[in-house]
Amino acid sequence: MSAVENESGRGSARAVALASSLGRFLVIAITTYLGLLAVTFFIGRVIPIDPVLAVLGDRAPANVVERTRREMGLDLPLVEQFYIYVKNALSGDFGTSVLTTNPVMTDIRRALPATTELATLGTLIGALFGVPLGVLAAVRRGSIIDQVVRVIGLIGYSVPIFWLGLLGLVLFYAKLQWVAFPARLDVVYEYTFTPITGFYLLDAAMQGQWDVFWDAFRHIILPASLLGYFSLAYISRMTRSFMLNELAQEYIVAARAKGLSETRIIWGHALRNAAVPMVTVIALSYAGLLEGSVLTETVFSWPGIGLYITNSLQNADMNAVLGGTIVIGSVFIGINLLSDLLYRVLDPRTKSA
Amino acid sequence: MSALLDVEDLRVTFPTRTGLIEAVRGVSFSLGRERLGIVGESGSGKSQTGRAIMGLTPPQARISARKLAFDGIDLLGISPRERRSLRGNRIAMILQDPKYSLDPVMSIGRQIVETLRTHEKVSKAEARERALAMLEAVQIRDPKRVFDLHPHEVSGGMGQRAMIAMMLIAGPEMMIADEPTSALDVTVQLDVLGILDRLVSERGMGLIFISHDLRLVSSFCDRVIVMYAGKVVEQLKASELGQAQHPYTRGLLNCMPRIGFERHPLPVLDRKPEWAA
Ligand SMILES: Nc1ncnc2c1ncn2[C@@H]1O[C@H](COP(=O)(O)OP(=O)(O)OP(=O)(O)O)[C@@H](O)[C@H]1O
Ligand SMILES: [Mg+2]
Repeated sequence: MSAVENESGRGSARAVALASSLGRFLVIAITTYLGLLAVTFFIGRVIPIDPVLAVLGDRAPANVVERTRREMGLDLPLVEQFYIYVKNALSGDFGTSVLTTNPVMTDIRRALPATTELATLGTLIGALFGVPLGVLAAVRRGSIIDQVVRVIGLIGYSVPIFWLGLLGLVLFYAKLQWVAFPARLDVVYEYTFTPITGFYLLDAAMQGQWDVFWDAFRHIILPASLLGYFSLAYISRMTRSFMLNELAQEYIVAARAKGLSETRIIWGHALRNAAVPMVTVIALSYAGLLEGSVLTETVFSWPGIGLYITNSLQNADMNAVLGGTIVIGSVFIGINLLSDLLYRVLDPRTKSA
Repeated sequence: MSALLDVEDLRVTFPTRTGLIEAVRGVSFSLGRERLGIVGESGSGKSQTGRAIMGLTPPQARISARKLAFDGIDLLGISPRERRSLRGNRIAMILQDPKYSLDPVMSIGRQIVETLRTHEKVSKAEARERALAMLEAVQIRDPKRVFDLHPHEVSGGMGQRAMIAMMLIAGPEMMIADEPTSALDVTVQLDVLGILDRLVSERGMGLIFISHDLRLVSSFCDRVIVMYAGKVVEQLKASELGQAQHPYTRGLLNCMPRIGFERHPLPVLDRKPEWAA
């Protein structure tokens, strides 16, 4: 036990600890980001696609090729090229997409919100249903609900997402007509609606255009539920195992000895402790949806970042591929940092360390 | 004086894959406003006896008794809800190791307040005041600061005092202390015992003190129960420990080292199957 410390001393010690851990976070973030840039730069140089040819085609005369090569800075030493590459990347300049002829950043600004909206809704569904399901499965071990969680997890493991997606489309779109066809909006709205943030649900609500909101909802609900299902399968399984671990601890016996209700013990003590590792699990699953929903985006013609990168890759559009990779990587780094920070907030044991 | 707690033929049985494990096999005793020690070797059923009284037996276990009454209340006959309202309120329990028995992510103060507000309708401010007073009663010098600390930030001795505060705040009449000092540093064991001792006598509580340390129990308690393999093999006054009849108790006594006497070879406890019969 440290001896007498006054309150303000403690407070400022905490603040210093938090500031230093924030500083450490920033250093980690910057290093990781530079590493990411280095890797993408390297990939861009070693792959057998000549960026000049990609722009000019293979019938351009030699002097034009030479001039373009110089204009693109490809005759400079590698170190200098990397420096320029980093400088451009930091200012959000990833060059122009050969496929769309837009600056890559413009394309990404359109595609990323589409993916993020889908992934966020999917994760919300996954966490909102997955956490309580996992808790109940742990509390009533061996009961019906525990079996249900197991089966959900099993299907989540073994059934390919595009197959479930197609099945969902056949059932809910073609047969029941509960949801809209694969796209983000009906064609009518595509031209009349001006997005602000790129999150259509949010934009429509902010502008009070409830018909657009409803339309966007009818388009997003099926793919979001699908991603939500897979995220739920994972989150509920992890919640269950974390909860079982917490419920076996001595402090739970002590909480019972205090006369607390089961509700309070489960949701107030056990889940509060399980929340610490859950943060990482949910963040990882969210990050996974952000980069890994290519199949879903394909099945649902969702103009997201996964679809964008896949299309670019198939057309050897390296600027777009690398730019997209860097942006997704940055999002990954950001989410990881955020979950690390949240972990620290939730677990008092990490503060003094 | 009518007994605070009456236990007659208490049995706790765990069904397992390999058959039934009888952890407690017909334990009987009664407790007034006194200190009763329960000693016995590891696995003799001391903790399970305590937990059965608390109503904290694991759900898969079967529990039975001819009589299990606290202050005239038939503990096995009342509803789980009524049982719960006794716990922490009229019967409390202190666990062995504060490192594991306090919730790591909740501040010490909130854990103490939680017990109080579960059993009494008091305002937040009053609950805080009383928790601070309780921390002072367990001889924590700087209660305001400790109130906001988390369990990992305090030492074992401090943690166990917080545990005592958490369990005593609602003013229970009976307390079960399951090896409350075994996990502590020897230097603070006596401090914590002293605090427990004072609070128990000040408040006139009944105490069941579980330990495997016969010397500690005999110096701390009025009466001692010796358990072996789920049964009570001997009950006697702490002052009359020297006159113990049962060979197992005598064995335990003989195992205690005495200053000034060299013992070679070290004595080994005798265990005879007929004692468990
Ligand atoms: N969940 C359980 N399932 C099966 N058997 C159990 C369970 N819990 C306890 N037991 C058995 O009950 C018996 C008594 O255990 P108990 O914890 O009461 O012993 P103890 O006297 O407190 O020992 P110690 O000094 O080690 O704390 C042990 O033999 C143990 O194997
Ligand atoms: Mg024990």
